[in-house]
Amino acid sequence: MAMLPQSPEPVVAPLSQPQQGAGAGTTAGLGPAALPGPALAPTPVSERPWMSLWRIFTLNRKAMVGICIVGFFFLVAIFGPFFIHRDPSALSNDVLVPPSSSHWLGTTQTGQDIFSQLVVGTRVSILWGMATGLVVTAISVLVGLCAGYLGGIVDEVLSLLINVFLVLPSFPLAVLLAAYVPFKGPLTVAVVITLTSWAYQARVLRAQTLSLRRRDFVEAARSGGESTWRIIFFEIFPNEIAIVAAGFVGTAIYVILAAAGLEFLGLGDVTVVDWGTMFYWAQNNDALLLGAWWWFAAPGLCIALLGAGLALINFGIDEVANPRLRSEARPSKRLLRQMLARSLGGGPGSETAPVGASRSLG
Amino acid sequence: MRHVLRRLGFYLVALWASITLNFIIPRLIPGDPAGALMARFQGRMTPQAIHALELQFGISHDPLWVQYIQYLGNLLHGDLGTSFTYFPTPVATVLAQELPWTLALVGMSVLISFVLGSLLGVFIAWRRGSFLDNVLPPFLTFFSAIPYFWLALIALYLLAYTLRWFPVNGGYDTSLTVALTPDFLLSALNHALLPGFTIVLASISGWMLGMRNAMITTLTEDYVLLAEAKGLKEGRVMFSYAARNAILPNVTGFALSLGFVVAGSLLTEVVFSYPGVGFALLQAAQNSDYPLLQGIFLLIALAVLGANFLADLAYLVLDPRVR
Repeated sequence: MAMLPQSPEPVVAPLSQPQQGAGAGTTAGLGPAALPGPALAPTPVSERPWMSLWRIFTLNRKAMVGICIVGFFFLVAIFGPFFIHRDPSALSNDVLVPPSSSHWLGTTQTGQDIFSQLVVGTRVSILWGMATGLVVTAISVLVGLCAGYLGGIVDEVLSLLINVFLVLPSFPLAVLLAAYVPFKGPLTVAVVITLTSWAYQARVLRAQTLSLRRRDFVEAARSGGESTWRIIFFEIFPNEIAIVAAGFVGTAIYVILAAAGLEFLGLGDVTVVDWGTMFYWAQNNDALLLGAWWWFAAPGLCIALLGAGLALINFGIDEVANPRLRSEARPSKRLLRQMLARSLGGGPGSETAPVGASRSLG
Repeated sequence: MRHVLRRLGFYLVALWASITLNFIIPRLIPGDPAGALMARFQGRMTPQAIHALELQFGISHDPLWVQYIQYLGNLLHGDLGTSFTYFPTPVATVLAQELPWTLALVGMSVLISFVLGSLLGVFIAWRRGSFLDNVLPPFLTFFSAIPYFWLALIALYLLAYTLRWFPVNGGYDTSLTVALTPDFLLSALNHALLPGFTIVLASISGWMLGMRNAMITTLTEDYVLLAEAKGLKEGRVMFSYAARNAILPNVTGFALSLGFVVAGSLLTEVVFSYPGVGFALLQAAQNSDYPLLQGIFLLIALAVLGANFLADLAYLVLDPRVR
């Protein structure tokens, strides 16, 4: 299972590995983890896959905390702007005021209220972040499943494409693209990020599809005369829904970070109020050297919290999928000895060990 | 050997892809952003320089394949065009000045982060359920969910601006001349400490979690049990038996993470006004300096591909199965 045919990658990690960067890193196990092994048992789930996904979320404490954090931000994004009566871009004479009762998070150099900016910006950032995450996920599902199921020349070409995009540094490529596009704005940022970040998830799904395509239920569907598209999207896809969900969560983190990074460099529309452009203005007005820590603290804390919330959800999915990852103590040495003694039927010290055991990779 | 050649072939394809992307992007984007910019430089450049720029931007009347061959030819001669921001310095010269800074800062930080993160992963997997195992992953994950540049801003504000433990910006004390003197090296190190620290802090959790999760799986293997039962020293079981096998996914994952870490580091450089490629990236992005942007992308792609190839070679040493 570890050796994927046709894949230029030498070995697909048997268990989770750092992914799309240490930061977006929290697809942690789920990505590749789900390839072999016990993870997310890819038995045909005829019973509603959505329900099992919901069980994953409610069973695990980390996932629950994550859901609460992310849920809070969604509520702010949806309802928050209705409670803001100050125009977030309105100038005032309260210049660079630290957080106080009239300006909860202080003001900018031109007297704009940072709390209003933050709440209004939350809607823009989350809306675009999630929408971009969805599109990226859709593309990687399409590419990954087609490559995995169709095989042959299609797989060769798509795999090469996936692997090339995996090793190309996606952020500098995004910067290059965003700089050339003449219209700046959230849409440009979203398209640029989509183009540069679909590959990771596609690789994970391709590997999973490869392992599913020879299962009995797929064979049955094929001999039953179902069309290829139906098999891919109605037989195989539902079995990968948990991986897709985890991938979406990981992608969403990456998208939000990358968007903030692009806008920080001034490649977004700087007149739109969102978390990234708040950074841009703070940096451009030397907020730091003016000692106005509140200016860049607020949006950064929001991104960090939202990112941590999403990461916790993925930890949760991971642990439910692979119980071995939970934080439980390993059995004590004495217990190990007893287990070994029992399984070998000899004493604990029996020197029957094959030399060079470390070479066998299990 | 066949494996090495196959990987080498793959990286050549990837390199070709990045060069070709670099060639195509300006020609695919609607409108003529480059042409508008070129107009600004009319009369300030020699006709040859303008012709070279036209090639780069695709404002040429030759058929596409002729342009492509000319473009490749220029690249082979190390000609990346002329920077707008640092006019009339060629892009290659600008990059040559800035690359050593980035290589030293980012290279060292990535190395420290990888080694330290993997070691931490080994230890918390070994002592699973311990205090560290419960605290470290969520704690460091929080840091990795933060945008690099924001972490850098906070560190800069607290440690450099308020406490004055570190210099606020730059890569060295500007009163010193750039030379290999002890004074200069010390000053450069002093300026690199804080940016390096934030890069390590932001990127370490990925390596640590990857290592922990792989290690936990490896620790359940029979040969580890056997090694423990034989009464081998703890350190030997931990490193020569378990960690050696568990590190493989982390080495594979290197490829996927590197691009991200490098991107984050570039933004960190921006915050610290560090005289590296990241700072040039900011200048280029804000001034629409397309030749410099393209040069930076090519350079980073080359560096990331090279590092990945090295990781592949390391994999070869670590995993006898692929030999």
